[in-house]
Amino acid sequence: MNAKLSSAFGTFAVAALLAGPAAADKTKIDFWFGNSGDIAKRVQEQCDRFNASQTDYEVVCTSQGTYDASLQNTIAAFRAGQQPTIAQVSDAGTLDIMLSGAYYPANKLMTDMGYTVDWTDYFPGIANYYATSKGEMYSFPFNSSTALLYWNKDAFAKIGKDHAPKTWEEAAADFKALKAAGYACPLAFNISRDEVWQLGEQFMAVHGEPMATKRNGFEGLDAELTFNKGKWVQFVKDLKGWYDNGEAVIKSKETGQTFIEAFANGDCQVILTSVGDHGNIGRTAKEGVNWDVAMLPVYEGTDRKSSFVGGASLWVLNGKSEPEYKAAAAFFDFIAKPEEALTWSTVTGYIPVRNSGFKYLNEQGFYDKAPYKGREHAIASLTASSAEDPAPQGIRLGGLLQIRQEISNGLQSIFVNNEDVQTALDQSAERGNQILRRFEQTYQGKTLP
Amino acid sequence: MEKRATFSSTTIGLLFVLPMLVLMFVFFYWPSGQALYWAFTLEQPWGGGNTWVGLQNFRQLLADPYYWGAIGRSLVFGLGSTTIAMGLALVLALFTDRELRGHKAYRSVFIWPYAIAAPALGLAFRFILAPEAGFLSLINQVWPGLWNPALDGKDAMIAVIVAFSWKYIGYNFIFFLSALQSIPRSLTEAAAMDGSGPLRRMWDIQLPLLTPTLFFLLVINITESFQDSFGIIDIMTQGGPARATELMVYKIYFDGFKGLDYSGAAAQSIILMLLVILLTIVQFRFIERRVHYK
Repeated sequence: MNAKLSSAFGTFAVAALLAGPAAADKTKIDFWFGNSGDIAKRVQEQCDRFNASQTDYEVVCTSQGTYDASLQNTIAAFRAGQQPTIAQVSDAGTLDIMLSGAYYPANKLMTDMGYTVDWTDYFPGIANYYATSKGEMYSFPFNSSTALLYWNKDAFAKIGKDHAPKTWEEAAADFKALKAAGYACPLAFNISRDEVWQLGEQFMAVHGEPMATKRNGFEGLDAELTFNKGKWVQFVKDLKGWYDNGEAVIKSKETGQTFIEAFANGDCQVILTSVGDHGNIGRTAKEGVNWDVAMLPVYEGTDRKSSFVGGASLWVLNGKSEPEYKAAAAFFDFIAKPEEALTWSTVTGYIPVRNSGFKYLNEQGFYDKAPYKGREHAIASLTASSAEDPAPQGIRLGGLLQIRQEISNGLQSIFVNNEDVQTALDQSAERGNQILRRFEQTYQGKTLP
Repeated sequence: MEKRATFSSTTIGLLFVLPMLVLMFVFFYWPSGQALYWAFTLEQPWGGGNTWVGLQNFRQLLADPYYWGAIGRSLVFGLGSTTIAMGLALVLALFTDRELRGHKAYRSVFIWPYAIAAPALGLAFRFILAPEAGFLSLINQVWPGLWNPALDGKDAMIAVIVAFSWKYIGYNFIFFLSALQSIPRSLTEAAAMDGSGPLRRMWDIQLPLLTPTLFFLLVINITESFQDSFGIIDIMTQGGPARATELMVYKIYFDGFKGLDYSGAAAQSIILMLLVILLTIVQFRFIERRVHYK
């Protein structure tokens, strides 16, 4: 029934094509992405620049609202044979598409279309997150970010400090001092599904601790979660301690103010969030709020490792024609230009994904100028350890979004219902493992590339 | 003999209903069949195939204490929101029917909430009910910590019930009002002449004559509260804090649309469907007996 329906859709599509205006000489391709608001506008501008830069191809860029919606729509379109040529897939959706076989591998596409891409030019931390276990790139890293610590310089000056905490021990002392100095909200955080990655995944990344066995799942679908066994448990206990002392406060849309708004408003003095928010906070910060960013703290005696990249990458989908793939390759070639990296990083908070782009930005003095100063910490954080480091370089777990939900549920039971930290995290891990086993069974017989 | 236009065969009749049948098949039976099939498999989201797993999906769900928790919360939500939505709608309709001042305006204004999309509604209520910035933050200024749906599960449940009820009050109101207006005036007038006051008339005349509408709305409200709440939950609480507002339908939405676990979501849909059918049967079996249609 399925095959019949999709062939019916196919016929319909052909008919629609034939009925359309006589084929223009330009090859048109679709690009679906999940960003919205200001970022969506910036993506659109990038598409316009590409379309204006040459006459052979036209890329039609459509925002689908959110990462989840974009993935859903792309999957639905793919199953009906109506997929776009290029689709943006976020970190959480990477494994599903990787196992689907529904794509044209990026490295193969570029070779087939006659482009030579220096894949080593990508920052290893970014490339490895999206690469296969053998280091091959099946998609193009696109909007990339990582977590940073944002701190209020004036508040820290009041407690006699001119730098952000480098260790969590130092941070704990700072929170205490800030509280004593009369600040009601030294650290603001949130534990909803979408805000646990900087507290959990990034914490484990910079401490070089695995979140799951098999190098966080890169080496097999039979990985098991281990976040309930390492240093992270201690961190959650510490965080709970700060929370109970009123040194850390939960700020969310539900309470009436997100932690980002609270920081920009000067109500809270420290937050952990994406470098992607750097531009936003710069624009919305209350007059006189004097702030800066730093790398995430680590516990004393920790050998700092690279943090993980967040964001999304671009995939080329199966079932398109040769000219359409040519257009896609031309588009990727275009957005890889250093000048594009500069424009992109200027108008968004995202970081350049290639060494060459970063170098170009440095040469242009991008990181010396006031609104963008500080974003270089994100690059430093992403490249803190070498690419050959045995620590996990990313996360490749099935049902990652559901696992984040389980972690979030665990944290909420700790912070809201005062459940025991170890018990709650053990339970999150156990339920997460059930999700992983289910995922493994769904893709029975498939091997991780 | 009277001349009649008759059709010799049923073929033509069938041809006329065919478009409707096709529509129903494509938009109702086909997806339902697909969901039923997926519920017994593990479906790969990108369509790379599936494996038959029999009852595994159902066994896993029913063995999960948190899933039973979600069923319990759905019942609380359904009962709570139905009681509020129907109770308030009935009171408003009785007032409007008595042609109190401004009744004409109410008649058209009260239906509006029903036309508001759930996410927009959730957004508005999230703001109104926010403990630090919303209108209700005033309460917290008087009694600190009294109201906090962000950190208190009970408050969160109350918040989503209030938001959902608000939407359905308007819908129920219209039904109640039209039912009230179809009650013959002579009955209430006769009662009034016999000396019964407005409350007595409501209790002895209007309410008994409203029972068919009450019953209809009860069935609709219970059903809708099980199916239509995920948009509000998604915006207001995301099922939190600590699962306190994780209802069955929100879990379906999250597992299926966000988690890409199509089969798990399909199995949950089947369970939800069975539960709604069961509840409807119970209502028809035990409550409809008390309904007087004539």
